[in-house]
Amino acid sequence: MTEAGEAGPGPEAARTTACSAQAHAAVAAAFRAEAGHLTASLVRSLGDFDLAEESLQEAVVQALEHWPREGIPSRPGAWLLTVARRRALNRLSRDARYAAKLAALMREPAREPDNRLQLVFTCCHPALRREWQVALTLRAVFGFTTAEIARAFVASEDAVAQRIVRAKRKIVSAGIPYRMPGPEELPGRLPEVLAVLYLLFNEGHLTTSGSGWRRDLSQDALWLTGLLCRLLPGEPEALGLLALMRLHLARADARFTDTGDLVRLADQDRSLWDHDEIQEAVALIERAAAMRRPGPYQIEAAIGPATPRPRPSSRRTGRRWSPSTTCSCR
Amino acid sequence: MKYILLFCGTSDSAGPASSPEDVQRTYANVGDWLTRNSSRIGLIHQLQPPDTATTVLLQGQRRPIVKDGPFLEGKELIGGYCEIDVADLDEALELAKTWPGRTQAVEIRPVVPHDLPAELDRP
Repeated sequence: MTEAGEAGPGPEAARTTACSAQAHAAVAAAFRAEAGHLTASLVRSLGDFDLAEESLQEAVVQALEHWPREGIPSRPGAWLLTVARRRALNRLSRDARYAAKLAALMREPAREPDNRLQLVFTCCHPALRREWQVALTLRAVFGFTTAEIARAFVASEDAVAQRIVRAKRKIVSAGIPYRMPGPEELPGRLPEVLAVLYLLFNEGHLTTSGSGWRRDLSQDALWLTGLLCRLLPGEPEALGLLALMRLHLARADARFTDTGDLVRLADQDRSLWDHDEIQEAVALIERAAAMRRPGPYQIEAAIGPATPRPRPSSRRTGRRWSPSTTCSCR
Repeated sequence: MKYILLFCGTSDSAGPASSPEDVQRTYANVGDWLTRNSSRIGLIHQLQPPDTATTVLLQGQRRPIVKDGPFLEGKELIGGYCEIDVADLDEALELAKTWPGRTQAVEIRPVVPHDLPAELDRP
């Protein structure tokens, strides 16, 4: 792609802008899919959360500079990893104390088994405050910049930067391990992760109708919850949360007026609901229920489909749910 | 990594006085716990109650003052401490959860490693 024409905003300039928007979208998409992988892979080889994460951030900045000009690479994730590793190498080579880490980084294969879960569990360790968990998850797993996190939570960039610095410092000084909790610890640890994901989802979901550009947090949260369900298929609460999120999204079009006000369930235009999506969510709830370990997310999700079910009479009076309606979706 | 476990409680949490048998049983449980985890445990001490404490207040250039009581004035008190050496915080947590003593809470504090300047660990 050539540079924008000097003679003011011509077709070239328009094309560059379009391309830049496209590159932004590509960076966002590559991140959703890859940031966790990349950070996890870098943390493992470096044994240093901070360095891994900083290097990846630098790679993102480079992507935002290069992709609009040079086009989006065929494997965006691999591109980011290469750049991030190069940045880490540069930093390490400046410091002789890190000779061992440097050697590990040189040996590292480009791809390794999925260890994003370890990363998520580290970011959501109960020894970290909830707002630190949230900021760190967004940063390390989703690759949000500090500015993006600040925008998402209407906080100042300084405050967000502080949270991330403190969280990373505590990980190091308190000895929070980078590992997946064992089966006996999982019941205590999974709720922390699910709580962070639900919080992110709601933050995105309930405010997307607001003004201005913002990255869709609810899509990020949905994606990671889906990943969690795939990697931990025996955890009904993860499935319950996924179902709950999909139910919210299935009704999203009917939930807000054009001006962004909330529409009560009774007044919603049900033709705007995505009924296929609701059916899929119900199937998820059924799968979770079959494991016979109920929990708050499964219950909240099970209450959901009981309400959307079309009433025999068209009058929207029966908004109460009863055990029988809940049972009908088991 | 080295940590100190602080065994914490509140001064009004004693509840009904425990029978000598209860006390005996607790000591026996603590003894078992120490034996089971001996490879990971260093110093361990139970402390006399806070009313036995004496505190020296250091005042920079001025002369130190001796105060007849504990430094922490609240209801919260530290009844004892134990040094442990484990792989990471998760192992420390696992150990703390099994503490059989009659305390309300166990606070886990990482120890500053000697090769690091203390400034790095200040909040």
